[in-house]
Amino acid sequence: MSERNFQVGPAMRTREIKAQAAAWLERRDSGDWNEKDEADFDLWLSESNANLIAYRRVNDVWERTERLVALRSPAIERAALVSRGRMVPILVKTAAGVAALAILGVIAVSFLTAPRTQIYTTAVGGHDTLTLPDGSRIELNTDTTVRIADMADQRKVWLDRGEVYFQIAHNASHPFIVVAGDRRVTDIGTKFVMRRESDRLQVAVVDGHVQFEAGSSNPQSVPAILSAGDAVMITANSLVLTRKHGHDVANELGWLHGVLIFHHATLADAANEYNRYNPEKIIITDPKVARLTLSGTLPTNNVKAFVDVAKNFFSLSVARRGDEIVISR
Amino acid sequence: MTEAPGSNHGGAGNRSGANEHVSEGMDWFLREVLPLEATLMQFLRHNWRDQSDIEDLLHDIYVRVYEAAVKCVPDNAKAFVFATTRNLLANRVRDRNVVPIEAVADLEVLNTAIETPGADRDVVAREELSRIRDAINRLPPHCRDVVVMRRIEGLSRSETATRLSIAPITVSAYLTEAMNLLSDLYYGETASLRRPR
Repeated sequence: MSERNFQVGPAMRTREIKAQAAAWLERRDSGDWNEKDEADFDLWLSESNANLIAYRRVNDVWERTERLVALRSPAIERAALVSRGRMVPILVKTAAGVAALAILGVIAVSFLTAPRTQIYTTAVGGHDTLTLPDGSRIELNTDTTVRIADMADQRKVWLDRGEVYFQIAHNASHPFIVVAGDRRVTDIGTKFVMRRESDRLQVAVVDGHVQFEAGSSNPQSVPAILSAGDAVMITANSLVLTRKHGHDVANELGWLHGVLIFHHATLADAANEYNRYNPEKIIITDPKVARLTLSGTLPTNNVKAFVDVAKNFFSLSVARRGDEIVISR
Repeated sequence: MTEAPGSNHGGAGNRSGANEHVSEGMDWFLREVLPLEATLMQFLRHNWRDQSDIEDLLHDIYVRVYEAAVKCVPDNAKAFVFATTRNLLANRVRDRNVVPIEAVADLEVLNTAIETPGADRDVVAREELSRIRDAINRLPPHCRDVVVMRRIEGLSRSETATRLSIAPITVSAYLTEAMNLLSDLYYGETASLRRPR
């Protein structure tokens, strides 16, 4: 057992130690690693606690980037945020504000001048969370656009496109209203998810109650109270109310954790889900292939995982055509 | 409470557990001490004239704190880290026979400044995520590209090399640089991309 007194000296400055630590980490991460490397690495680690700490520190941060893989982080690659209204310098007040801004890359629109809305957009494969000033949290799934009214004025969100999970801080005197076209959902203290695609709107209540109004253009426009487990699917000329088991709702919210959860889903449905999250589109034309079913959990952002399932479990063939991945027998 | 190390010069501890299994001391160090880095660096900058020493000082403090924690995990990380820091700076001053400390540390002010809010774990996790994202965004472009391809798009080293038309060894070099910078950006936050001397 060697005892060592760590000395800062020109021979081994911290910067060099850190560079070595990162170099070791990179080599381990590259997959090009054998027993000899492992032994050398152990020796280096045991040389001093300065080495050990430098390695653990760089490794600790590198491991944190792993979570970005699951949640694919469009904020890193994209600067696409549309904003209407006047742009003003952002005045950051709280750490939570900083986090929310960083997550969404928000261009803030003045709270003091009209028009009082902010637009938030996620790209295909995107996933962002916004904490509102009233403590409510909304989580945007892939390819989603919402507009948010100034909270001091009214609590109102317009879902223009995509899917959003709402966790609303209840306030009886200021109801929280979500508008999707001419339909509206008013929270009565709750968590719920809404998905809008062209003329189709789906609302599923995870917790609590919401009041739902289908809108004047819909024949069934009487406001209805939906409770936990209730899901309503509305199209231009139909409205279907279903009750879901808790785990079904949970499965549909897999995207909150960066995964898609399939339970006896057809390959066609699974492919459609995947296509929401990825620029590469999976194409299945053969009806027999489309009807195959699968169950399982797959990462939203990894087309390869889906393709591997098709290849390895269903023995299907896969062909690439530009941004299309054609799956057939 | 454990006495802060460094109160007598040269008091380096006994090492144990250099391997990668997380010892209680290392676990504590990663969890409690590293998050103090930004504040600690700020403190060192304000209290030490020669800015080129800061990185070494910080690392030296880490080693001392960790070695003490291996023997006995301190109750209060913040108090312990700053006591260690004060001792270390005092020793340096004595050794060099110079007086670089401009102002005596106002530890009370510092302690209140680094109180973290009692956020729930979920929120903390989300903030962590946005911080790491932010750190990646602040990398120089060549580093960022390599991190995004290797880590987020999941490309291998050779695939990354092909995509960027650079040699695999260059990918390694960029990634090494990126890893190093990321840990400074993440924990140092305000430290940014400083170069030494």
